[in-house]
Amino acid sequence: MGPQNLPVQPAAPGVLLTTLDEALDWARRGSIWPMTFGLACCAIEMMCAGAPHFDLDRYGAGAFRPSPRQADLMIVAGTVTFKMAPVIKRLYEQVPDPKWVIAMGACACRGGPYYRHGYHVVKGVDRIVPVDVYLPGCPPRPEALLDAVMALQAKMDRMKTFSAGKPGPAGEPAGAGKEKEA
Amino acid sequence: MAMEFPVIAKLLEGRFPEAVKGAVTDKGDPWIEAAADSVPEVLEFLKEEEGLKFDLLLMVTGVDRPDAEGGGSIEVVYHLLSTTEGHELVLKAVLPRENPVCPSAVPIYPAALWHERETFDLLGVEFTGHPDLRRILCPEDWVGHPLRKDYEYPEEYGGISAK
Ligand code: SF4
Repeated sequence: MGPQNLPVQPAAPGVLLTTLDEALDWARRGSIWPMTFGLACCAIEMMCAGAPHFDLDRYGAGAFRPSPRQADLMIVAGTVTFKMAPVIKRLYEQVPDPKWVIAMGACACRGGPYYRHGYHVVKGVDRIVPVDVYLPGCPPRPEALLDAVMALQAKMDRMKTFSAGKPGPAGEPAGAGKEKEA
Repeated sequence: MAMEFPVIAKLLEGRFPEAVKGAVTDKGDPWIEAAADSVPEVLEFLKEEEGLKFDLLLMVTGVDRPDAEGGGSIEVVYHLLSTTEGHELVLKAVLPRENPVCPSAVPIYPAALWHERETFDLLGVEFTGHPDLRRILCPEDWVGHPLRKDYEYPEEYGGISAK
């Protein structure tokens, strides 16, 4: 995301005018730091999305952090087992606000291939943490993950932290994307 | 030099006339059945005997057969390989389903440690003499043994619905 994406008002040469909300949302969506962790086969696609061919970094979301305390996006890429569930929940709680979750793959969305016979599988990561974007597929291709990241960025664009509670532009309720904090 | 299965079977039957209950050759991979109590001795023999030298335990698994005669059985299956001789062997111990107890193979093959933990976790086979018989895949407070044919799926675990 270059500065040309920043919603600005024309002003005098060399002067950009925008609102604090717009600037903050723009900065946020351009510097997503995902947490480095993968749970199963979907994680391979996630790694692939981060590698040069698909280059997640183009969208400002390629700075994978090895610690939840430095991250703001959790890509749940894989099968969530009951044994893993408390760990995932704790990791989520360790991520500082504001934070987002992408449920990547059929497993993270609803248990996937283990929906019926997986005695050990949590039937969707949304049973333990709130999910912002559901990305189906088994596994979803890297392009699909890029699409999910862009969907998340669209959501971030609507956060409008400072004017939350007042009607937002284009009919969107202001503060959309913050409902999970309620 | 690699030995053929019938030769190995004959050797074992000659050495353990009581414990080795015979070879099955007509169902896929041939196997030899041994009495559960004798498993350590048989494994030791297979590992050390000149010409056999099964120096690698490939895996230990289990099979639940609730319909087997005598109230059902649980089979513990050992897959062995000799890296020097180049032959393989499948050894089975058939245990009663009610109380599946089998001596551990860990003193002979340390590789059995995790495999026996898994067989314990998923099928409930008790390996006597195992140094650390805990669940390995399921959480420690899991109820039941999931690969038993009559296993009932949990309603919930840790407050999370499992349905
Ligand atoms: S959705 Fe499919 S590819 Fe992804 S973790 Fe589950 S089984 Fe693996």
